[in-house]
Amino acid sequence: MPEPQNRKTAILTETIWHEGGPVADTPLRRAACMAVIANPFAGQYVEDIAGFMDDLKPLGAQMAQDLIDALGGDPDTIEGYGKGAIVGTNGELEHGALWHVPGGYAMREKIANSMAIVPSTKKVGAPGARLDVPITHANASYVRSHFDAMEVGLPDAPKADEILLVLVMTTGPRVHARVGGLAAKDVKGEDGLR
Amino acid sequence: MKLRKMITQVEEVRTEMGQAVSPPSRRAVAAAVIANPFAGRYAQDLSELIETGATLGQLLGEQALAALGCAAHDVQGYGKAAMVGEAGELEHAAALLHPKLGAPLRAVLGGGKALVPSSKAMGAPGDVLDVPLGHKDAAYVRSHFDGMRLRVPDAPRATEIVVAVALQITGRPNPRVGGLAHSEITGADGLR
Repeated sequence: MPEPQNRKTAILTETIWHEGGPVADTPLRRAACMAVIANPFAGQYVEDIAGFMDDLKPLGAQMAQDLIDALGGDPDTIEGYGKGAIVGTNGELEHGALWHVPGGYAMREKIANSMAIVPSTKKVGAPGARLDVPITHANASYVRSHFDAMEVGLPDAPKADEILLVLVMTTGPRVHARVGGLAAKDVKGEDGLR
Repeated sequence: MKLRKMITQVEEVRTEMGQAVSPPSRRAVAAAVIANPFAGRYAQDLSELIETGATLGQLLGEQALAALGCAAHDVQGYGKAAMVGEAGELEHAAALLHPKLGAPLRAVLGGGKALVPSSKAMGAPGDVLDVPLGHKDAAYVRSHFDGMRLRVPDAPRATEIVVAVALQITGRPNPRVGGLAHSEITGADGLR
């Protein structure tokens, strides 16, 4: 399988001080890294596609590092993550599923306390399609304050024969989190859930 | 100025229609979501927003430059735009953008002879704001006519304004429609 043909990358960052309530001493930071690659399976049904997951590993590692750098460079500050894909219209949803393993483990390999599964979403879409990428706490999926999402998309991608791959990271809880549940400070960090 | 959030987006295009883009085309936009101090009422004197425009010219210029990841003297183009939430007026965008935003932006970049191209709109959260781009020293450079599309899912709320500055290192990917080239400018009058 050829290495991914990367047409374009984009990095989106957000710094959030408040949402109508008290101004945070330390603002929440969120970032998304997008890569637009050629879909090697576009326009045809291919039974054996799983090998492409290995080909995506270097790209995943680069995107994860770019995200950490965009958020200040210290992986210990990352508290939440998520991933997603938008498959161009000459592809199938299953092509987006190829991103689960290389995208998720790329982030977990760089973040020390990352027992939790990386939440994800994917869809087939046209250029300009938007994707709400889910976010949860990196070490314990039940941490309620860190349930979040980041809307991403690019006006010119994915074209029909492309896939838009996304990774997202956050540095903390929602800016005005106050609905209880498991708190980040109470995480045991054994099973990825609590 | 009451700042709710800031956004940056940097894009790098490496190939287009199968042709390598060399060097890659890079552009970045930085945006601020601020409270509109004049939301819901008519004010004759908009000087508060004019001063905020000066503050944002520096802040957004610095943020966009950092996102672009290059030296200030490597920036070749710029642009600006604002979107006003429904409880404001288009004139509020004009107050932010036109009187005072340009000078501190140019100071961040170490200069800029050309008018900073701009656009403004009224809008709701999630609306697209097209931020124009043009060459910073010679407005006629055809390869650098470009733009970035900015979309903030949760802004501008009714009483907010989104203000954006975009910067580019090079022009469009693989430009080939002629006109004045970056290499040919004199950079004296802001036009050629």
